[in-house]
Amino acid sequence: MAPKALSCKECAEEYPLDAKYFCESCFGPLEVAYESEGADASELKRKIQAGSAGIWRYADFLPFTGRPRDPLEPGLTPLVRADRLAERLGLGEVWVKNDAANPTHSFKDRVVAVAVAKAQELGFDTVACASTGNLANAVAAHAAAAGLESYVFVPANLEEQKLLATGVYGTNLVGVHGNYDDVNRLCTELCEERPWAFVNVNLRPYYAEGSKTLAYETVEQLGWTLPDRVVCPIASGSLFTKIARGFDEWRELGLVEGELPTFNGAQAKGCSPVATAYAEGWDVCKPQRPDTIAKSLAIGNPADGPYALELARRTGGGVDAVSDDEIRAGIRLLAETTGIFTETAGGVTIATLAKLAERGEISRDERVVAYITGEGLKTLDAVREGHHMYEIEPKIESLEAALATTAPA
Amino acid sequence: MAVTVKIPSQLRPATGGEGEVEVEGGTVGEALDAVFDQHDGLRERITEDGTLRRFVNVYVSGEDIRFQDGLETELSDGDEVTILPAVAGGR
Repeated sequence: MAPKALSCKECAEEYPLDAKYFCESCFGPLEVAYESEGADASELKRKIQAGSAGIWRYADFLPFTGRPRDPLEPGLTPLVRADRLAERLGLGEVWVKNDAANPTHSFKDRVVAVAVAKAQELGFDTVACASTGNLANAVAAHAAAAGLESYVFVPANLEEQKLLATGVYGTNLVGVHGNYDDVNRLCTELCEERPWAFVNVNLRPYYAEGSKTLAYETVEQLGWTLPDRVVCPIASGSLFTKIARGFDEWRELGLVEGELPTFNGAQAKGCSPVATAYAEGWDVCKPQRPDTIAKSLAIGNPADGPYALELARRTGGGVDAVSDDEIRAGIRLLAETTGIFTETAGGVTIATLAKLAERGEISRDERVVAYITGEGLKTLDAVREGHHMYEIEPKIESLEAALATTAPA
Repeated sequence: MAVTVKIPSQLRPATGGEGEVEVEGGTVGEALDAVFDQHDGLRERITEDGTLRRFVNVYVSGEDIRFQDGLETELSDGDEVTILPAVAGGR
């Protein structure tokens, strides 16, 4: 596989592999197209298995001609069989892909590693992004690792943990008075003015490719087989659709056999443009103004919304929305049954999985993979309530008395 | 109303390199029509069957017109109408 062009997803017009992200004829998004003629599945598989312990083992399926230098390689995160979670939900086989186990604790390390490597290849010395926090962390860290200048634009009211965990890398942190969609619009305009590589604007076609590695890892970790169903959060819809793209590429190349899994998308009720469009039967999303504790999913105007809708419908899945209370319960359920502490986005995913199970949409013989995209320590406010702490004197009697009188939460 | 319409750089070949076009229009639709009348080739890139293409976002002074009255959104003197691709983003 070698990258051959940028191709418009709407009208198929092709462009050279530059820092370009939309089609001049129809404004459609551009995507990397590859040359796969003559690819030999067993040779590709051998190269993967001999590769590094991270995303660059899949360099043949990413938009580079060789393996880029990357001092902060993400990927190959644990895929954990979650039997106790399955049991609580009345399901048969549930796996949790824990992508909090990345260098900056979210799946954003994958897309940023790819975008930063491409920025260097294209000769940029400054990288930038519009972010709700996780991307900010990743861009600041990967820029620091690569020795590049960085500018990170976030809504000024972001969770403090995410601001601190971005500022520490010495980036230029810019808090914008507005929501993510305002920040995103500003960055799209800035792209015209500044010679910067905005990882999720002018480098978006490359950046998005990084998400495919979640699909590749899932297949490899399931012993070169496909799951029957995936449950995945939707913000812009890029991760959701690129996981499918990853599965499809390997199916077409003969690296894995079977049908594309059923795709279930997960959104928060306070920002659910894709779930709303799904429920209403629309093929485009109407933008919303976000109001949810799941800030990392708070994109009211999702760029890949139409493609996410199409994927959910085509695979017999769906897109659900869950309330803030359901999100908090989802975080707790995952923590209590797997030992994995996720941020609010993961709570959205687990709450959606629970909803599907409750509605009886998942049969017991299905193998389900739930994608946990970020770390619980980044959204501590979501778990501030709901636990109990015994307070005692440092004496055995004091503990006995406390345990006897205070009911656990 | 005299307004300024901002054109993304990739479309500037169609405006002779201009990034901003001054036009008259009472609504966003009228202002865009005035731009299309001045510059050949923009209409079919930005619209399809009389409506905006699905990956085009239009803002009036920073506010998405889909939160207002779409192409019917009324303009005031000096407003800035910005055309941007909708494909950016990812948190």
